[in-house]
Amino acid sequence: MSHSQTTTTEHHPALAHQFDSLEQQKDASMLGMWAFLLTEIMMFGGLFAAYLIYRLRYYEAFVAGSTSIAVTLGAVNTLVLIGSSLTMALAVSAAQRGAQKVLRGFIVATMLLGLVFLGIKAVEYHEKYVEHHIPGGVFGKFGPTDIEKDLQEKDHKTPEAAAQIARQTEIFFCFYFAMTGLHAFHMLIGFGLMTWLLWLSRGNRFGPDYYTPVELGGLYWHFVDIVWIFLFPLLYLISRTQGAH
Amino acid sequence: MAQNGSHGHPTHGVYYAVFGALVIGTLLTWGVAFVDLGIFNPIVALAIACTKATLVILFFMHVRYSSKLTMITVAAGFFWLMLLISLSLSDYLTRTLTLGQ
Repeated sequence: MSHSQTTTTEHHPALAHQFDSLEQQKDASMLGMWAFLLTEIMMFGGLFAAYLIYRLRYYEAFVAGSTSIAVTLGAVNTLVLIGSSLTMALAVSAAQRGAQKVLRGFIVATMLLGLVFLGIKAVEYHEKYVEHHIPGGVFGKFGPTDIEKDLQEKDHKTPEAAAQIARQTEIFFCFYFAMTGLHAFHMLIGFGLMTWLLWLSRGNRFGPDYYTPVELGGLYWHFVDIVWIFLFPLLYLISRTQGAH
Repeated sequence: MAQNGSHGHPTHGVYYAVFGALVIGTLLTWGVAFVDLGIFNPIVALAIACTKATLVILFFMHVRYSSKLTMITVAAGFFWLMLLISLSLSDYLTRTLTLGQ
């Protein structure tokens, strides 16, 4: 119960008493983090599945909605996030080498790239706001959107069909904002984790024996990157050539 | 070559190579999106996305260098995700084809 800790062997301060070794402790932490990330993957996976099913049901509306979002901004954001994954991987490597200053530099770089991502996302959201594409009670209450006009003029839809398809794009935008919003929320949690890692690194505690918090923070950050790797093609790309037949 | 433990991370060269592959994949999927491949547009886009995700998981997330228990857990999770999406879509895709005509 309250026996004092064994003093026969050197005891690393980070090693919890229920583990035999730091290596076993790290393996357990990695497994636990992956178990958590898999539940996250199933949550986003449910949204992906729902998106694909609704895309079949309201195909023309999803094509119209998808071609209305800014593909260049989405692609640049993909590159920014991939860059942040690289700096995160290098941060973990620095932690493993015990290079605390390099670690802090790469964590700050990761956060800055994440900030650029959210800034670009904000520009995209603002664009949708200006175009009256935000789903909700006032959707379609500001007169015909540019989408409805394009459907008539470029796709040669009848006014009635164009109005109906334009109305259904609200479902696409529900998915767009739910999925990118949930993703952006995960980025904010990522910032919290990065701040925590910066705080932890003050004590120069990370080194070859122990850098598990940085490794787990990295897993989380890369997971958020993976979600975006799928969001980008699904939301921005796969419908690009399908309009204006 | 980790046998069971979590020793050994990739070198920085591996990280930069993976980063380069991810950038190329992104540019490729971006460019191909504007080429009309008909039904193959989503397939190509998702194939590239799966390749990119696999690279991130294996190298950035160190699964390639993790314990076998971690590997099998990750694989099981993604298998379950594939079940969710493929079984749901095989239902809805076939319904749409019959009811839509």
